[in-house]
Amino acid sequence: MKRNFNFSNLFKKANVLSLILFILSIACIAIKGLNYGIDFKGGTLIELRVLDKNITISDIRSSFKNMVIGDVNIKEFGNKNDYLIKIEQTNENNKNLIIKLKNNISKNLNTDLDFRRVENVGPKVSSELLEAGLIAITLSLAAMLFYIWIRFEWQFSIGAIMALFHDVVITMGIFSLLSFEINLSIIAAVLTIVGYSMNDTVVIYDRIRENLSKYNKLNINDISNLSINETLSRTLITSVTTLLALFSIFILGGEILKGFSFAMILGVIIGTYSSIFVASPILKYFRVTYKTMQKEEEKII
Amino acid sequence: MLNFTKSKTISIYLTFLIISFFAFLNFQKSENRIIDKKVNLGLDLQGGSYLLLEIDTIPLIQERIQDKVIPIKKLLKKNDLKYSNFRINQTKIFFILEKKEYKKLDNIFFSKKENNVNPYIEQYKAHELDMKNNSGTIVINFSKYGTLVLNNAALKQSIEIIRRRIDDVGTKEPTILQRGDKRILVELPGIKDPERVKNLIGKTAQLNFRLISDTSSEFGFDKLISESGEELNVSKRIIMSGENLIDSQPRLDNQSNKPTVSFTLNRLGSQKFGKATTNNVGKRMAIVLDNKIVSAPSINEPIAGGQGVISGNFTFQEATDLALLLRSGALPTPLKIVEERTVGPDLGKDSIKSGTFSLIVGFILVILYMIFKYRFFGIIANISLIANLLMLVGILTILEATLTLPGIAGIILTVGMAVDANVLIFERIKEELKTEKSAIHAFDIGYNKAKITVLDANITTLIAAFILFAFGSGPIKGFAITLGIGIITTLFSAYFIARHLTSWFVLSKKNNSIKL
Repeated sequence: MKRNFNFSNLFKKANVLSLILFILSIACIAIKGLNYGIDFKGGTLIELRVLDKNITISDIRSSFKNMVIGDVNIKEFGNKNDYLIKIEQTNENNKNLIIKLKNNISKNLNTDLDFRRVENVGPKVSSELLEAGLIAITLSLAAMLFYIWIRFEWQFSIGAIMALFHDVVITMGIFSLLSFEINLSIIAAVLTIVGYSMNDTVVIYDRIRENLSKYNKLNINDISNLSINETLSRTLITSVTTLLALFSIFILGGEILKGFSFAMILGVIIGTYSSIFVASPILKYFRVTYKTMQKEEEKII
Repeated sequence: MLNFTKSKTISIYLTFLIISFFAFLNFQKSENRIIDKKVNLGLDLQGGSYLLLEIDTIPLIQERIQDKVIPIKKLLKKNDLKYSNFRINQTKIFFILEKKEYKKLDNIFFSKKENNVNPYIEQYKAHELDMKNNSGTIVINFSKYGTLVLNNAALKQSIEIIRRRIDDVGTKEPTILQRGDKRILVELPGIKDPERVKNLIGKTAQLNFRLISDTSSEFGFDKLISESGEELNVSKRIIMSGENLIDSQPRLDNQSNKPTVSFTLNRLGSQKFGKATTNNVGKRMAIVLDNKIVSAPSINEPIAGGQGVISGNFTFQEATDLALLLRSGALPTPLKIVEERTVGPDLGKDSIKSGTFSLIVGFILVILYMIFKYRFFGIIANISLIANLLMLVGILTILEATLTLPGIAGIILTVGMAVDANVLIFERIKEELKTEKSAIHAFDIGYNKAKITVLDANITTLIAAFILFAFGSGPIKGFAITLGIGIITTLFSAYFIARHLTSWFVLSKKNNSIKL
């Protein structure tokens, strides 16, 4: 089966679309902000299973009324008896907060409760975690930039990094738009997206490099188009198998992995798109030709 | 690329067999293990508590600077240095000295030999204390290294005491580790009552015996509320402290049938206690724990022999815990819980269930898709995928790595991404088959040309996994480990196992045409 789709016709339109999405994402993050979880904001999280079916979310909410604590946010979590309670960080010296909270809920609801998960992150630790997360993402981008620069030429490494940036920012933009929580596992997802998107880009770049020396008469647009077409079935098959795995986590893997797998699904889709429509067209702007490759090779020899 | 020597083939399959053998060790019965290696379950899967504690060194420094007051005053007097306005503010000592005499003090204060007031720390080539002359006002405080020495000693001692307390509660396989220079990480798998343990870990448990006095003594007094609610003037002078305790046990009082805590003192403690109780018959003595009065009994008769009983309004659990705290000793400085994550055993079980289920479903979907796409070669890719998973679990077992819920996600993701190596190769071969007449040749070139791409593509993911491992904490580290090892096993299974199977098939068919 020979696919021959003219991607280069779409390059311009795709670039405009990417640019708009990118700007909208930044605007959304700047205006609406990101919904940080307790990992990065500090606070207390309780996953509660209420065995008594007559108890409603507002019963749980009102059980906190007599306590002097920060904002309380309660939502159903997975199935009907499970609730996720998040309590905003207020002051640091609330030493026995968790036991007080537990006692208070138990007393007011007066029924059997299962505290499935209790987490509390102090303000100092949460800011450290956020910092570590940002450093990790920055470092991974830098490491990718460096790796591509060694393996290819600088034009490629800038193209790849722009594609990665595009993926990370738009994924975060969607999280901001949907007010999905950003926690430690989302950072893990972003880093994996960086790895995955890079993986996709490298495969196409490898082919572009090969084709540049094979067909030295063709211009970069045609080379990109040819290379994308040649690797297209691989790109799609791998995306499908990865998405199959991710959807099975998203649907069957339980509530805790939902955010993580959702971020990954977005990332894989955006990453596949960007390898084709962002990373490759960018090479054109750097005037990559057969000669660029030759020069580099001479340098190595 | 399709030729395998016999020794190469043997070593490939031998490596595979040895590594995947370890994967099966996880299914051994726990009683008679041949090789005691298995994948550990993270706290998020087996349930338990993760606590991050931070020591607060400021109270310790305040206490230690207080201890320096008398030696410094003695030093000044001994050397005829006239000082005035001597005072302590938080962590600093201030006094005023005449200008001419500063040089002399400076020489004595920073002498390196036999300096008991301000010892020289050989390790850091610095003195314990710093001294500054602020236009006549002398300021003394702990130096950077002096503080560091105090901090490190306090951290070590705290870890020791926490270990004793946790061992005493009887938790299975706790982890207690130093994290950075101020923190202690405690992991308590399978713990039933996290609040009790938290309470035990977080208590400083500084116990002391002090007299209650109505007249103001030269030491001054603290106003503390007793267990029955009355306000008492407790002398600041400490008769005896918890350091002198050698044992402590919960007891039931014979007469009142109430829980009490008995204690046994060492020789020095018995002497101090005996002397104080002899001299103060009729007075009341406060037993103070962390600046709260536990009880304030009257001294009816001198207590010799170094045995005593603390009776307060305890439940039996409280008496047991107090005895435990007294036995394990006081923390040198208060500890704060800065991060805490507790997962109940139910949630852990549910996570294992849903994690494993989604792994199986993801695995089956990928396998079916590969067969649909590549038919016979799909089966080869699937065999290599199974080999890949076995080796991944095998390596996790060899490393005795900790499997977390994100770690399971990492395995599922590996399943999805591992086939990529084979897809890259097969697609390449397909292209070569279009131009090459000989199938063997096409396969050979295909494997060869795809090699670089496969390597490049996987190294990028490996970089991401490595950074994640370096910066991630707890469960996320588990994800990085499975993702990273998954890449290595993927490369091995695609380039050795799948390639060998392919070559065996292609070479056996010789001149027949092969469709991919």
